[in-house]
Amino acid sequence: MSQSAEKVLDHMTLFRAPEYTDMFESKKTCFEGGHPDAKVQEIADWTKSWDYREKNFAREALVINPAKACQPLGAIFAAVGFEGTLPFVHGSQGCVSYFRSHFNRHFKEPSSAVSSSMTEDAAVFGGLNNMVDGLSNSYSLYKPKMIAVSTTCMAEVIGDDLDSFIKTAKQKGSIPEEFDVPFAHTPSFVGSHITGYDNMMKGILTHFWEKAERKENAKINFVGGFDGYTVGNLREIKRMFELMGLDYTILGDNSDVWDTPTDGEYRMYDGGTKMEAARDALNAKGTVFMQNYGTEKTAEYVKSKGQEALVFNHPVGVTATDEFLMAISKLTGKEIPAALELERGRLLDAMADSQAYLHGKKFALYGDPSMVMGLTAFLLEMGAEPVHVLATNGNKDWAAEMQALLDASPFGQGCKAHAGKDLWHMRSLLATEPVDFLIGNTYGKFLERDIGTPLIRIGFPVFDRHHHHRSPVWGYQGSLNVLVKILDKIFDEMDKSTNVPGKTDYSYDIIR
Amino acid sequence: MTTDVKARNKEVIEEVLAAYPEKSAKKRVKHLNVHEEGKPDCGVKSNIKSLPGVMTIRGCAYAGSKGVVWGPIKDMIHISHGPVGCGQYSWASRRNYFIGVTGVNAFGTMQFTSDFQEKDIVFGGDKKLDKLMDEVEALFPLNNGLSVQSECPIGLIGDDIEAVSKKKAKQINKTIVPVRCEGFRGVSQSLGHHIANDAVRDWVLEGSAAKTREFEGTPYDVAIIGDYNIGGDAWSSRILLEEMGLRVIAQWSGDGTLKEMEATPKAKLNLIHCYRSMNYISRYMEEKYGIPWHEYNFFGPTKIAESLRAIAAHFDDKIMEGAERVIAKYQPLTDAVIAKYKSRLEGKTVMLYVGGLRPRHVVGAYEDLGMEIAGTGYEFGHNDDYQRTTHYVKDGTLIYDDVTAFELEKFVEKVKPDLVGSGIKEKYVFQKMGVPFRQMHSWDYSGPYHGYDGFAIFARDMDMAINSPVWSKTKAPWKS
Repeated sequence: MSQSAEKVLDHMTLFRAPEYTDMFESKKTCFEGGHPDAKVQEIADWTKSWDYREKNFAREALVINPAKACQPLGAIFAAVGFEGTLPFVHGSQGCVSYFRSHFNRHFKEPSSAVSSSMTEDAAVFGGLNNMVDGLSNSYSLYKPKMIAVSTTCMAEVIGDDLDSFIKTAKQKGSIPEEFDVPFAHTPSFVGSHITGYDNMMKGILTHFWEKAERKENAKINFVGGFDGYTVGNLREIKRMFELMGLDYTILGDNSDVWDTPTDGEYRMYDGGTKMEAARDALNAKGTVFMQNYGTEKTAEYVKSKGQEALVFNHPVGVTATDEFLMAISKLTGKEIPAALELERGRLLDAMADSQAYLHGKKFALYGDPSMVMGLTAFLLEMGAEPVHVLATNGNKDWAAEMQALLDASPFGQGCKAHAGKDLWHMRSLLATEPVDFLIGNTYGKFLERDIGTPLIRIGFPVFDRHHHHRSPVWGYQGSLNVLVKILDKIFDEMDKSTNVPGKTDYSYDIIR
Repeated sequence: MTTDVKARNKEVIEEVLAAYPEKSAKKRVKHLNVHEEGKPDCGVKSNIKSLPGVMTIRGCAYAGSKGVVWGPIKDMIHISHGPVGCGQYSWASRRNYFIGVTGVNAFGTMQFTSDFQEKDIVFGGDKKLDKLMDEVEALFPLNNGLSVQSECPIGLIGDDIEAVSKKKAKQINKTIVPVRCEGFRGVSQSLGHHIANDAVRDWVLEGSAAKTREFEGTPYDVAIIGDYNIGGDAWSSRILLEEMGLRVIAQWSGDGTLKEMEATPKAKLNLIHCYRSMNYISRYMEEKYGIPWHEYNFFGPTKIAESLRAIAAHFDDKIMEGAERVIAKYQPLTDAVIAKYKSRLEGKTVMLYVGGLRPRHVVGAYEDLGMEIAGTGYEFGHNDDYQRTTHYVKDGTLIYDDVTAFELEKFVEKVKPDLVGSGIKEKYVFQKMGVPFRQMHSWDYSGPYHGYDGFAIFARDMDMAINSPVWSKTKAPWKS
């Protein structure tokens, strides 16, 4: 027996004990009906071959390990960025449990959202009653300032009409007539979570802006897009904007609701864009979109209202942050302050100190389209060489823009942008054309294990490392964080490959 | 419990009901109660539709089938058929441990989906499913079978996944199981379990006789049913059964294989861990093959010993001696664990809100450590669960069925337990309030908790949650 009260062994070590490994062996041999070890090895090797890669890339119907989720997840992400807002998802209830868990696991925070809990009868008769009763229950129990309604695929397939349902619910007295209930149809079979963000953001702005008249003022708005680092990033954006002396509104500020303190009180709602500010945002000179892919419709909408739309692709690094700040400076007429120029110099200083370790290193990246574009630009700026860049939810426009960015740099030659591909495609790419490092979310750890490519965790979701969402990856400071994440992994790998006594006592250096 | 506690519990139920619109309060009142000893059940209605808009903690039928019953069968490929989300959110998140080479002969931590697009909704997904199965076969030749886990749209657009499955099964000569577990079916995960059980019956067991003809049985063959091997639970259970002289011929479904499922009708006794999710198939095997089943409880030494003896009673003296030998073997470990932790946990109160069997089965393990259960409830229990619960809970225990986030928060505020055991959606709510918490679905990424080896981990984890120094710091010193 290996277990003891003195040193309690859990799954990490318990099952390596002989009583368990013997048991596994006998289960396998006597009962499992598996394939011979040699055959398993043969197939395992084959899955890493060019032949397999070709078959893998010939897939037309099967999707394996995609790096994307579905629309209503993004709708919730956008909705909770508004003060006191309860996301209400119309459709089957299981979806909402999944969305909430997904955010819980990434942010290590509570995440509130309700469902209209539609079942078979609603599939036949429509979900109007669920909407009517649901809004009434939500309003009574959770006392929101606003309820933002999105849909699951069930409600979309049967064709429920949110606009008329919400109106009917108000007529029936579920909620007061004047209560704010913006909505967005968010079918899961169109686009991905970033599309849902876009639809809900547009839905909320439409709700506040559609009947108002625009009187332009000197303010600007900021829309971050679906962003796993939203807590750190939005706070960093605010800090930079305050240094610039800007009068601004963050639309969808979820940085507080997903970073509440442990002080004895549970805050179901915290922070968020004030309703008045959201309403007034119509009058801004322009709106800054940090992630073009995933806010296209909202950007079109603000333009249709007469605003300027400044559109970026998740700027990381010196050049991208320079361009970001200069564009904002141009729009607002405010100068870029010395404090930010100092930060720029410090970032460049760090890059110069460390560039030798990044120069020529080969990278594969995947994630949401604008994010991978921003990270790729930063790698190119450091002299690193991206080799495979992939976005499951990237479209043709993204692929073209991404490829142009790569082709324009001497460090991007030979790198291909893969739109609409998944992480099983990435596995073949890494196996046949290896790289030094992989950048991606938590699911990349399966690639790290199978192929051996060290994973640098940047993306969403990150379930298996804690608290990274609290630090920004935008701005000069955020870029520095990205640089350090990458460097830490590079140095760790250097140490791990030189740590065998008697074999590699050399190169295991204390100064790097 | 004292009358004070009973009165307080009744009062807090009144309080939460007062917050609902009248129509909803009338429905919720049936799900909340204070347990009275001697009653045949806990006095609550269950397995009823959740109210819309109340923040139920429940999931759906797909979660019950793909996430619970089918997903852990490691040598089959389970296709999340429909849009991308369902498979994505349930991808590798349940820690159904298995041994195998992922992507080659085991697939439990992969997400296979037909990733429905608008055109699939409009024109139907059967052709896509047909092609997808060919692609699976080409890329994963060592898979031993497929299952089709239906997401909501499948049943709404009228796809015939049964026809596709039958056709392809013939073509590729493997078991293919269509499962109608669309998320809108039923009121919770529970119907998904039932549908998944029926799919095992219809597509695996019926007609598997030929496949198991060569199986050489022994008088001591048993199957573990309804253990999903979360954190290795089925392994720390299996080891005890083997040590007492039984032969475990199948694990359903944690670390299980299709062949094990097929062999199960040869078992002499089916041992059910999670009654809720797999009683259906066990009853079927009882009727069809005459295999008796026994619901056992491997949480905490008291219940483990009781269960080992009850299981042994189905067999001969050799096994009964084996059970005593196993109990004696682990007694020193159990004594040492209790000696180490009981003094740190004695008298502490716990509120539970979990699924399946845990709202009752873990009670004994807490009591072995001197702890008390102040409240418990099921996410998707039925009346038979609440009947079984009466054997575990004391008079005056607060009972809440399909609790809403609002209710649970208020209950905890009022009852002030020393520990809450529930799920990820609840964890951070209560930790913000400064209440120690353990996830009792995933064991908070620890485990196993089953068996004697697991009890040591359970005790360590409850101690580390309750006695962590962080909870004493929730108030800034200048505020206190």
